[in-house]
Amino acid sequence: MADYTLAELAAWGERIEELAREEGLNFYPQEFELCNYEDMLCYQAYTGMPSHYPHWSFGKAYEKLKTLYKYNISGLPYEMVINANPCIAYLMKENSLLLQILTMAHVYGHNDFFRNNRLFTAGTRAELTVETFKNHARRVREYAGDPSIGYERVEQLLNAAHALRFQTNRVVGEDRLSYEEYYRRKYRSEQERTPDHPLLEEARAPGDTNGTAGRKRRIPPQPEEDILWFITEYGDLEEWEKDVINIVREETAYFLPQIETKIMNEGWASFWHYLLLCRLDLPEKLRWEFYRYHNQVIRPTPGGLNPYHIGYVIFKYLYEQQGKEKIFEAREVEKDQSFLRRYLNLEICKELELFEYMKKRDEYIVKEIADEEGWKSIRSQLVKTTGLGAIPVIRIVEYRPLDHHLLLEHEYDGRDLEMNYTTETLRYCAELWKGKVTLKTRINKEERIIHCDEKSNLSILL
Amino acid sequence: MAVFRECNSGGKDRSAEDRRRHRQLVEKAIKKNLHEIVAEESIIGQNKDKKIKIPIRGLKEYQFIYGRNHGGVGTGTGKEKRGDIIARDLISHGPGQSGAGTEEGEEIYETEITIEDLINYIFDDLNLPYLERKKLSQAATVVNQKRLGYRTKGIPPRLAKKRSVMEKIKRRQSRRRTDPDFARDERFPFHEEDLRYRFICEEKRHQTNAVVFCIMDTSGSMDHTKKYLARSFYFLLYQYLRLKYTEVEVVFVAHTTTAREVREEEFFHRVESGGTFISSGYRKALEIIEERYNPAVWNIYAFHTSDGDNWSEDNEQALAAAKELCRVCNLFGYGEIDPDDFRITSPISRFFQESPAEKNFAMVRITDKEDLFPAMKKLLTLEERLEE
Repeated sequence: MADYTLAELAAWGERIEELAREEGLNFYPQEFELCNYEDMLCYQAYTGMPSHYPHWSFGKAYEKLKTLYKYNISGLPYEMVINANPCIAYLMKENSLLLQILTMAHVYGHNDFFRNNRLFTAGTRAELTVETFKNHARRVREYAGDPSIGYERVEQLLNAAHALRFQTNRVVGEDRLSYEEYYRRKYRSEQERTPDHPLLEEARAPGDTNGTAGRKRRIPPQPEEDILWFITEYGDLEEWEKDVINIVREETAYFLPQIETKIMNEGWASFWHYLLLCRLDLPEKLRWEFYRYHNQVIRPTPGGLNPYHIGYVIFKYLYEQQGKEKIFEAREVEKDQSFLRRYLNLEICKELELFEYMKKRDEYIVKEIADEEGWKSIRSQLVKTTGLGAIPVIRIVEYRPLDHHLLLEHEYDGRDLEMNYTTETLRYCAELWKGKVTLKTRINKEERIIHCDEKSNLSILL
Repeated sequence: MAVFRECNSGGKDRSAEDRRRHRQLVEKAIKKNLHEIVAEESIIGQNKDKKIKIPIRGLKEYQFIYGRNHGGVGTGTGKEKRGDIIARDLISHGPGQSGAGTEEGEEIYETEITIEDLINYIFDDLNLPYLERKKLSQAATVVNQKRLGYRTKGIPPRLAKKRSVMEKIKRRQSRRRTDPDFARDERFPFHEEDLRYRFICEEKRHQTNAVVFCIMDTSGSMDHTKKYLARSFYFLLYQYLRLKYTEVEVVFVAHTTTAREVREEEFFHRVESGGTFISSGYRKALEIIEERYNPAVWNIYAFHTSDGDNWSEDNEQALAAAKELCRVCNLFGYGEIDPDDFRITSPISRFFQESPAEKNFAMVRITDKEDLFPAMKKLLTLEERLEE
């Protein structure tokens, strides 16, 4: 501890909490954990969780973070907070008093967001977070320790499951229907439906009923985006394998709201740390430090996008233009894509100095700039690439049980898949599926079919 | 009211196990790309403990990700105009990239390993079982003598006089205690059993004297890639011999139509114009052997790398010189480097092939980095066979 004591920190914390409540933030009970920088790196590597199942990728994440930190390429995060009830945030002991104050105020912003945003309330159960992850860790360790399974098989399975973990159900909080249930409901609704044109229906009726009853039910009935789920249902997996895959799926589901609200979440927290600190009446020395750090947090990344920056600017604009109620409403019902679509306007685009670029051969060329004609295109492009928009949509379109063959299709929107990654991921997919997998995609607008058989042999058909 | 508490990791390093596993996998990846690393690392005569930095590609976590053909949005300065070209590196990521594992591209780590590690990896890769490796490293030994206590039997020159006197005094004392009649001044001569001899142990040590002749064709026809391959080849051989002998000297002989002994830097950086007389290089090596490295004392290894070009009038002489080299060397190798994979066999290699081969002569062909290992293997197996 440098220039402050724990009691001092707690006193500041108390004042911040009071102010936050006054301002109308509605948060879970807050817990701060003081840790040193190595603990911090660890938490960061393990997605902030106090316990997590083991996998080498976390070791890699740790080494990478440490290297970046060592060579001063990136600083440590000031804050690390997890969506849990009580909300847990980590404060790094090495930070100065001001940074701790700033972090605490920022954390209350996140905490409020976790508690109120629709995606979080619908998609996660904050009171179970820590327990769930602990439970996952225990189960994976048990499988790894089981002599009939062993570490390597668990690791291999995790490698494959990690490769597919974002090919998941994109609708947060939606209940999963089994296909039988889907067909049952569909059949029922068809039965109950009162025909719009009774005469026409009658004429077609005999053939139709025969059709629904006799027709083989297509699996999946509609393109399925949750590939891991499908494999656990229709693949040839042992119980423990299904369990491990479900652990990975549950974890993705937990992080999905965070992926979908990165800009809003950080913007919201930055907006509040600024407002709360302004109200804190800091001594002059701390105030200067505060301005300095605040500007560091929300400064634009040249050529890139800083979510803190974008979110902060939009929330500030909304607050100034439409008042407090509006921002509270936005934080509750939006996710990044809808937030940007609804609130990003020409003025904000200009303030953010956004531009849209395209790629021509090796060059990146400015396509649109923030002006009357350009800003809408910028907005669309931004929305398209935000949140889950950054992850390709790849869905199972057909399952052929005869030769245990899975057909995937990439929903092409002009963005090509990275081929090297695609083929390797397809291998993982075939490995999990224990059968043939075919992916249909396009490269440079031309159709490509990539086939991977059960022995992980690849072939690319044009 | 918020709770404040200290982190209670209890001094336990939580990520240790996953880091270990990661490193293990990285190591595995290194072994897999070994030939690449060896070919790209350019140190031949280096200390075993020297650390070299090698770039390794990070273990990738594959996922379906987008490539880079598409556009995006970035924060600018407000001064961009339509049609401006912005540097490729300026744009790194689109938004939402914070989602774990969605970033694309090469992650290159630099790992430091010692040359010894590298050699160990190589030998792991070559599948030399440990015992065999040990045998190899102890194969060449000299006898070094070392005192190791005393024995009752021995040859006169090793008689330990002081020790023998002590033994005699001991015997006299015990005699005096047990025999009351024993007079103090009675003569008490040495007895056979008093005598002690120094025991000399024969200590086995690595044979120290080995010399490697690196002979290379430096005529203009050896271009950059070829030198690169040659260098890697020598690196491997040198490192292998370092395992067998504690001291290995290296002699570099560069030749065109004439040959010169050069230093390592020169050896790899010199480009000369002119024709090629391979025999000149061999003759030079023979000359140096005659002068400085007596074959009775030195283990001589000679390796010649060339692109196979030789002026045809020299072929006969080259063969004769090669045979002579075979006689004085433990092993003589000829490595033909042909990165273009242009010919099936060069005139000179055909010539070598057709001639009756000495049993310690080996010919390898390297067209690519990938060939380095097989070439090494071939030479090593020959070396082992010769030892048996």
